[in-house]
Amino acid sequence: MTTETYKPFHQTPMPPKYDGVLGWLITYDHKRIGMMYLTTLMVWLSAGILLGLLIRVELMARGQTIMDAQTYNAFFTMHGVVMIFLFIIPGIPAVFGNFFLPIQIGADDVFFPRINLLSYYLYLIGGILGVLALFSKGPPDTGWTFYVPFSVTTRSDVSITVFAAFILGMSSILTGLNFITTIHRMRVKGMKWFQMPLFAWSLYATSWVQVLATPIVGITLILVIVERLFGVGLFNPAKGGDPLLYQHLFWMYSHPAVYIMILPAMGVVSEIIPVFSRKSIFGYKAIVLSSMCIAIFGSLVWAHHMYVSGMSDLSVMIFSLLTFIVAVPSAVKVFSWVSTLYKGSITFSPPFYLSLCFIYLFTVGGLTGLVLGSAGTDVHVHDTYFVVAHFHFVMFGGAGFGFFAAMHYWWPKMFGRMYNFKRAYIAITLLLVGFMLHYMPMFVLGLKGMPRRYYDYLPEFESGNLLAGIGAVIMVSGLFLMFANLLKGAIKGEKAADDPWGGTTLEWSVPSPPPVHNFMAEPSVKSYPYDFSDVWKRMNLKTSTPPKSQ
Amino acid sequence: MNTKTKDNTGAKFGMWLFLYSEIMLFTGLFILYAAYFREYLPDFVNAGKELDLRYGAVNTLILLTSSFTVAAAITAIRKKQAQGSLIFLCISIACGIIFLINKYFEWGHKFSHDIFPNSATLNAGPRGENIFFGLYYVITGLHGVHIIAGLSLLITAAWFVKKGKIVASDFVFLENSGLYWHLVDLIWIFIFPLFYLVI
Repeated sequence: MTTETYKPFHQTPMPPKYDGVLGWLITYDHKRIGMMYLTTLMVWLSAGILLGLLIRVELMARGQTIMDAQTYNAFFTMHGVVMIFLFIIPGIPAVFGNFFLPIQIGADDVFFPRINLLSYYLYLIGGILGVLALFSKGPPDTGWTFYVPFSVTTRSDVSITVFAAFILGMSSILTGLNFITTIHRMRVKGMKWFQMPLFAWSLYATSWVQVLATPIVGITLILVIVERLFGVGLFNPAKGGDPLLYQHLFWMYSHPAVYIMILPAMGVVSEIIPVFSRKSIFGYKAIVLSSMCIAIFGSLVWAHHMYVSGMSDLSVMIFSLLTFIVAVPSAVKVFSWVSTLYKGSITFSPPFYLSLCFIYLFTVGGLTGLVLGSAGTDVHVHDTYFVVAHFHFVMFGGAGFGFFAAMHYWWPKMFGRMYNFKRAYIAITLLLVGFMLHYMPMFVLGLKGMPRRYYDYLPEFESGNLLAGIGAVIMVSGLFLMFANLLKGAIKGEKAADDPWGGTTLEWSVPSPPPVHNFMAEPSVKSYPYDFSDVWKRMNLKTSTPPKSQ
Repeated sequence: MNTKTKDNTGAKFGMWLFLYSEIMLFTGLFILYAAYFREYLPDFVNAGKELDLRYGAVNTLILLTSSFTVAAAITAIRKKQAQGSLIFLCISIACGIIFLINKYFEWGHKFSHDIFPNSATLNAGPRGENIFFGLYYVITGLHGVHIIAGLSLLITAAWFVKKGKIVASDFVFLENSGLYWHLVDLIWIFIFPLFYLVI
């Protein structure tokens, strides 16, 4: 085929008969579905950001500032629900996984295109239900963990939110199932397992966790609804139940879910770092294996959320040990990224900037996680702001920054247009400065004993909360500047080249935006996915061979 | 780009993944059962005696039969005997419906003895028995929902066989429906001893 027949995917309806809006609503083109996810997700994300900002403004001064205590409880619950179930868990897999996984492995779509569309609609319905709860008579006030007995006895509308989370879980399972099957059955001829890009590998590991862990939380959430409706008493001590079992079941999913959130972000960073170092990734196989190890060991550490719940000391020790083990594969990745940078020929760019932020913030988040993973120190900081700061460093500084990095990296491929670099740098810097100012004081507050989720606090915590509030404002302005810049770039930006960065994976070998069947000709597979010798030749760099890793 | 031909192995692979996730769904409940079994062993034994073994045994036989007929339906379609396949499928569907009717009477029987979630008898009785029956209703209830889902799949498959959409060269839908039905059967094989044969 020649380039004359090229038409970008958004001008080629799929299925062919339907045009216009209907062409989007009933499409089963993975790229369109990815775009629909992106649009929906940005709406929820903005809502989550605003809720978070309102909480922090409320906490800037003692006493009532802008909302009453019940509203505050509802807001932090909904902030958690929206950010976790609607943004981070679907996040990278649903948007960038859908769009780029098939292209990266040389396929023309995912294996079950119609199930893919179904997952999108489940996501949409779950999202609407979840956010609707905010406008019901009594928005849920339990925190996103829905711990019993409160979630069963509170009069607020917990059932609807819990049911929304269940539906979102189904969407997540179907996406995972789809990706695993796609990777097993649809890799282009000649692409062996160890020739797959690392992003595809990270999605593979993530998908297994999605398929195997999500049903556990599904049934747990259903049990909350059953308890509310029928009062069976499975978690009610007065009727013989044990509330601790709820916590076990909940974290059996929700801890692995942390890896559902972070693994794809790690995959994104593993793509970006080598491209902008112009050097093959250090330790390809080590990164692949560490992804799989994280998926396996990450599923065995759930009870480290429960050290002070009254578990036996033996369990505490076992789970503490396992938690330390799971830190190893994460460290392997950080080591590999940094080693890739070493002696690389570094080109600076917004996605690269975000990836560097990711490495730093994730490392801080991971190391403070070890403080929480050791039983002794955890007793001191359990359920304090230290925990809040820790998981925001991992979830936001890690998964969130990974998502933003993916946006900046693949934006020109998705829209065929480039955003403004200068504005991107300003936005990222604001985001980073705001982030540090926002979460660093929380570590201190936590160590000094300020409990999480409380509406009010003692006078000695005033300055820390004020600083965090100022940081929040800076951070949020950075975020919205970033989104505005990307949006403007997508509409009015300069036309982007097919390969603006000098990437080596297959998505950079196709036009921007890709045509409906992704490839103009049968894709040719490199024997090693991160071989930069062609990129060096093309870019006319002074020396003709890239520096070697390993 | 080269996947224009239908990949039935992949379709079955996806179905297996789905079955794993279904097993994990029930695993959550079985974990609860295991924990409470350890805590309330004597109560579980007593409560187990109140369930009628005949209902459970008959239902087990019915489901085993239906699994056999589903397998037979697949073999029949492979041998190009659409008519035979349809008959076997109808037997399976009938078995599923009989199972549900049986279950209805069993539940109704328990309800008439004031044994249901939040009933006065259970609330006043030993805590372990309340948990036992709580789990009984939740697990068999969820299993019942799966029977209904499986039945809808089998009915759709039978319809496709009748319309000639499932044929010897392409019967992956029937095979996947069969796989699902076997799973529902398998889960029952675990439920039966847990509730009807406690010690």
